[in-house]
Amino acid sequence: MDARVGALGRLTARRAVEAVPLLLIVSGIAFGLLQLVPGGPIEVYLSNPGVRPEDLERLRRALGLDRPLWEQYVSWLAAFVRGDWGFSFSDGRPVLARIVERLPASLELLGASLVLALAAALPAGIIAAVKRRTSTDRAISALAAVGVSIPAFWLGLMLQLVFAVGLGWLPSAGRGADGDGLARLQYLVMPAAVLAFVHAAAWTRYLRASMIEVLKSPFVAAAGARGLDARTRITRHALPNALAPVATVVLLDAALMVPGAVVTESVFAWPGVGSLFTEALGRRDYTVLMAMLMVSSVAVVAFNLLADLIHAWLDPRVAS
Amino acid sequence: MKRVWLWLAVLAVAAMAAPLLAPYAPDALDLANRRAAPSLAHWFGTDDLGRDAFSRALFGGRVSIAIGLLSALVAAGLGVSVGAVAGYVGGWTDTVLMRATDAVLSVPRLLLLMVAAATLQPSVPALVVLVGAVGWMETARVTRATVRSLLGAEFVLASRAVGAGHVRILWRHLLANASGAIRTAAVLAVGRAILVESALSFFGVGVQPPAASWGSMLYQAQSAMTTEPWLALFPGACIVLTVGLLTAVSDRADQGR
Repeated sequence: MDARVGALGRLTARRAVEAVPLLLIVSGIAFGLLQLVPGGPIEVYLSNPGVRPEDLERLRRALGLDRPLWEQYVSWLAAFVRGDWGFSFSDGRPVLARIVERLPASLELLGASLVLALAAALPAGIIAAVKRRTSTDRAISALAAVGVSIPAFWLGLMLQLVFAVGLGWLPSAGRGADGDGLARLQYLVMPAAVLAFVHAAAWTRYLRASMIEVLKSPFVAAAGARGLDARTRITRHALPNALAPVATVVLLDAALMVPGAVVTESVFAWPGVGSLFTEALGRRDYTVLMAMLMVSSVAVVAFNLLADLIHAWLDPRVAS
Repeated sequence: MKRVWLWLAVLAVAAMAAPLLAPYAPDALDLANRRAAPSLAHWFGTDDLGRDAFSRALFGGRVSIAIGLLSALVAAGLGVSVGAVAGYVGGWTDTVLMRATDAVLSVPRLLLLMVAAATLQPSVPALVVLVGAVGWMETARVTRATVRSLLGAEFVLASRAVGAGHVRILWRHLLANASGAIRTAAVLAVGRAILVESALSFFGVGVQPPAASWGSMLYQAQSAMTTEPWLALFPGACIVLTVGLLTAVSDRADQGR
């Protein structure tokens, strides 16, 4: 057991070290993109007739934009690490505060979609694999193939057309007023369903393939030969082994759900970090965009590590 | 399988022959017939300028499919080069290249691409390169894996013994054996590129007017969703159909191997 914990510790340390160059590269790209904007970081002031050329020059000096590029990069990065993420171009408030205030809505949506997606993908993947090549499998597989081929934003638009515009059952966008329990749940239904469907489709496909592989292995046949019924064979013998690789995929996807939710959140005007990103994109609010790129990269790296650790825990062959 | 290919061929031909098939010019205004619902004269209806949505979908399909194919080509080229070099050279080169591949895989690609597209405001060819630049990693992995596993095979050693050079060994023996896996990855990459492009265009940072793709048609349709829902319905259905068929092709190819 100790050896296993040690191996996991070494894996963590190695991955943490490997993450450093990756985050540096992302920060370099984020910083570099800002330099490519015509007009640079003070682009917003260029079109303002109230701002005189000498003001621009003063602003440039005050913001340190006259210093060499690498110096600007280093001081930006140092400030970023300290949690000083600068101020939003569009409303002048601290970037950190703008992101933090959007988190609850995002976590609510992600939590709901994660639960929905797992609740759909686990049974669907298992049933499709067990009933392989039957009409049940074909129906599940076809639906899953549609799920990985559909643009999330278009699915969102179509749901809005049917359930909000056509039938009038659900509100088409927004999150509802505070403290309005059940009515608020209605706002959550469509965005959560879209996000869940897209991810459940991918997970169902992985789980089905993984289950089919495991069901072919000799130990499952041996369990059958020993007289174990199908139910035990599938749930106790095949499933734990099929889940290990799927768990990795689910965790990696969960990390990518945050950026993935950008599309869904903006279609449904869900006030989370995802729609903050598209708002910032529309207003060319580069401080917000850079911070969000960095935050989501850190999140993905962290989830990657978590996925590796869990995989190593479930399958000791990986750690050694 | 045959049927899937047939449908894909129909789509490809329809897009290529758009000027012949389209009943109207894609940008022909018909102000007497604005916002018309789908009918025999206008299969997909008309938009707020009276332009025929069916003709526009045909021409938009050209742009979407072309971007999908070309970016997949860019991705395949990058992926095969990275994978082949990593697998063949081995050692440090391999470590660095594969770590870089992992790194790109764990970057929030869609966000980066959206920011890049918003700042660079790319032309269609630049968009192809951008979309291709985020889709090469799977190809690199499968190429490397095949090259590595065959490096010590007897037919490779034999070829080397009779004096074949690195390029010949890589091309004729190693990559030739990886071609099936590369092709499957490339088919998937076409579908994914179409999806990525549609998302970029839907957010207004992809294909810019006067050019139109299915994604940018949806971007325009969004504002008139309640009054002209057909404008949002058909371009999206075209995307699902195209990407769905590509998914089916690569699924079958996976089963075949």
